[in-house]
Amino acid sequence: MSKPRRLGRRTFLQIAATVSAGGSILACKEPVTVWKFFTPEEIATLDAVCERIIPADDYPGASWAGVVNYIDRKVTYVFQDKQSQYRKGLAGVNDTSQALFEADFTALSAEQQDSVLETLSSGKAPGEAWKTQSPSSFFNLVISHAMQGFYGDPRHGGNKDFISWRMLGIPHPPVRARRPAAPVA
Amino acid sequence: MALPHVNAVVIGSGAGGGVAAKELAEAGLSVVLLERGRWQTAFDYRKDDLQNQRTTQLGPAFGPHDLKKNPRVRVDDNGNARVVYANGWDYQNNAMCVGGGTLSYGAMAWRFMEQDFRMRSTYGDVENSTLADWPISYDDLEPFYEKAEWEIGVSGDDSGNPFKAPRKKALPMPALPHSRECEILKPAALRLGLHPFDIPMLRNTVPFNERPACMRCRWCVGFACECNAKCGTQNTVIPKALATGNCELRTECLAKEVVIDDRGRAKAVAYFDENDRLQEQPCDLVVVSCSAIESARLLLNSKSKLFPEGLGNRSDWVGRNLQGHSYCGAMGLFDEDVYDDLGPGAQIAICDYNHGNPGMKTGAMLANEFIRLPIQFAESNYVGVKRWGIDHKNYMRTMFRRTIRVMGPVQEIPVFDARVSVDPAVKDFWGIPVARLSGSKHPHCVEVSYYIAERAEAWLKEAGAIQTWRQPSGMGLSGGQHQAGTCRMGDDPATSVVNRNGQIHDCDNVFVADGSLHVTNGGFNPVLTILANAYRISDYITREWKGSKFR
Ligand SMILES: Cc1cc2nc3c(=O)[nH]c(=O)nc-3n(C[C@H](O)[C@H](O)[C@H](O)COP(=O)(O)OP(=O)(O)OC[C@H]3O[C@@H](n4cnc5c(N)ncnc54)[C@H](O)[C@@H]3O)c2cc1C
Ligand code: SF4
Repeated sequence: MSKPRRLGRRTFLQIAATVSAGGSILACKEPVTVWKFFTPEEIATLDAVCERIIPADDYPGASWAGVVNYIDRKVTYVFQDKQSQYRKGLAGVNDTSQALFEADFTALSAEQQDSVLETLSSGKAPGEAWKTQSPSSFFNLVISHAMQGFYGDPRHGGNKDFISWRMLGIPHPPVRARRPAAPVA
Repeated sequence: MALPHVNAVVIGSGAGGGVAAKELAEAGLSVVLLERGRWQTAFDYRKDDLQNQRTTQLGPAFGPHDLKKNPRVRVDDNGNARVVYANGWDYQNNAMCVGGGTLSYGAMAWRFMEQDFRMRSTYGDVENSTLADWPISYDDLEPFYEKAEWEIGVSGDDSGNPFKAPRKKALPMPALPHSRECEILKPAALRLGLHPFDIPMLRNTVPFNERPACMRCRWCVGFACECNAKCGTQNTVIPKALATGNCELRTECLAKEVVIDDRGRAKAVAYFDENDRLQEQPCDLVVVSCSAIESARLLLNSKSKLFPEGLGNRSDWVGRNLQGHSYCGAMGLFDEDVYDDLGPGAQIAICDYNHGNPGMKTGAMLANEFIRLPIQFAESNYVGVKRWGIDHKNYMRTMFRRTIRVMGPVQEIPVFDARVSVDPAVKDFWGIPVARLSGSKHPHCVEVSYYIAERAEAWLKEAGAIQTWRQPSGMGLSGGQHQAGTCRMGDDPATSVVNRNGQIHDCDNVFVADGSLHVTNGGFNPVLTILANAYRISDYITREWKGSKFR
């Protein structure tokens, strides 16, 4: 097993380049969709929200880690009861961002996106969707799902390449066996 | 068609039930062991950070699995009732599978201290509390603690603990080599004049009982052990019970009620089998070991002509005094990495603050925490930093590897209204009324938790923490993994449910053998005391059986 190492900026850029060369799935506009529950437009909004929840710095964030994969899968099965919250809530994110900045959420700068999210978390946000649903509880839901997708096991669709575990410098993939008195790596 | 008669039905195959099944089967009784969960292994939900018994975002890995089929009701402080499910904190879940909590537990193996059996005598009356002494003393339990330590397997070294009650025999296995946290915390405790030692654990540190030693992984507490080094009832006493040929384990069988005859004695146990068919298993005696919440529910649902309010509930004590622990402690940030990715994590403890705290009537053991999972650390947000954005990421990147948490379970002062009842309206999938949880902690426990959190903080500061955060406990009802107290053991039928032998006061062929018995729950994790009591009660049953009392 290799020693836990930090992914340097260079390696990250290489990985990022490979991914974009493969064609970003987020840009996919064909009617055939790889998503189980969300529409491609919803995915783009959700991905942008998650990326502000766990943003990239010198280490990749939620978007690179495929957090939306996780959410799409889980909302299809285990979290089925959250489907209508997501449907309404993602529309609401755009409502609020239109009201504040006259553009959809994905078109905003990072600072503008943050202020939309701050508005949601304050509990009072402009937008049709928020008449029947609390913006802060929707945002809290996305925060917890984003954390799960980023820090949870990759088998569930997120945390690609154990990226969050690498960030924390903990062994990946899971250690299978070691001697009881194994020296600290 | 009626099932063939057996001598004993043991309900629940967790800590208490596993031991009882083995002891009765070895004594020659024919035993049916009913377990509502499945026989699971480490290869179910393998090392899944999102689905285990500690972090349950995708559900509790070790039961109950079907959340919707197994609801409970939680009443909040304003009297509002709502339905809760096992992936949420309010459900107060432990585990539901063969082995119960012992398949996935952290495996700390504490003997309670002598004072823990005499809390009332030690501290006197406490207002708004049902604080009482146990009907038995530490000395009564000592031989059975020893039996549990040797039959199920405990490692560790508590020779450095001057506060412990005397033990006759040393532990069968040595402690693990020290982790980095331990190396930092131990000298600091000694400098403060405290008495640190290696926590006793139900975990092989050397090959023992034909199972290997711990390989020190990150997926310990909340998970089944992949190398089978953790010692639970599912890999010790239950296989032994089955090997006698006298015990049949029936999994996915949910007990509905203990069936009482016209003379007020148990004659059978009614249960839903794995195909949801109602069955009745006739027997001579019953041992109830469903853990504190579900044992109370089962007794309350066992209504008959002679026990219209539920079995053993003549004095309205069944389900009362629900208690876990008031968890509290502190986290310290260090200016270097302290995380070494070695399980099980918890390793070093002190008992300096279990008793004798100035002006206080309870206390807690303090120990370093079990190994952490990233998702758990991210969600807990122990320091109150913004929960999202770059602040969150910085929190993870600076704190995950550089913090130590020292935590302790404050012994609860029992409260009569912290209770399990059965809900008048909500039923589970099988139509059985569900457990309804209401009440809150005694305020004194919360006071003490502030004191204990300060002590934890002082320890971390001495160890070199550059910043610390205290984590006292809140008032919310406690139960969960350490649930206890709901079928109190006592000499007086007016203020308890079972006698000192675990026998229901007015129904001599029904016993309780699990955490429900605990009068008070110690300032420690409870499982070794549950195991020891199950040995003690089984010893009584098998001795009486030879005199044919139950036939
Ligand atoms: C993650 C975790 C960590 C823990 N760490 C520690 C620790 O370090 N130290 C410690 O001392 N304790 C620890 N515990 C707590 C410990 O596991 C419990 O105290 C102990 O298992 C309780 O024993 P019990 O016999 O009362 O009940 P359980 O072990 O819960 O067993 C009850 C069994 O009864 C079954 N059952 C319930 N109702 C019915 C019914 N109607 N019909 C049939 N079967 C039924 C359940 O499915 C279950 O298997 C931990 C628990 C968990 C989950
Ligand atoms: S730390 Fe040891 S006992 Fe715990 S699960 Fe890993 S190998 Fe098993």
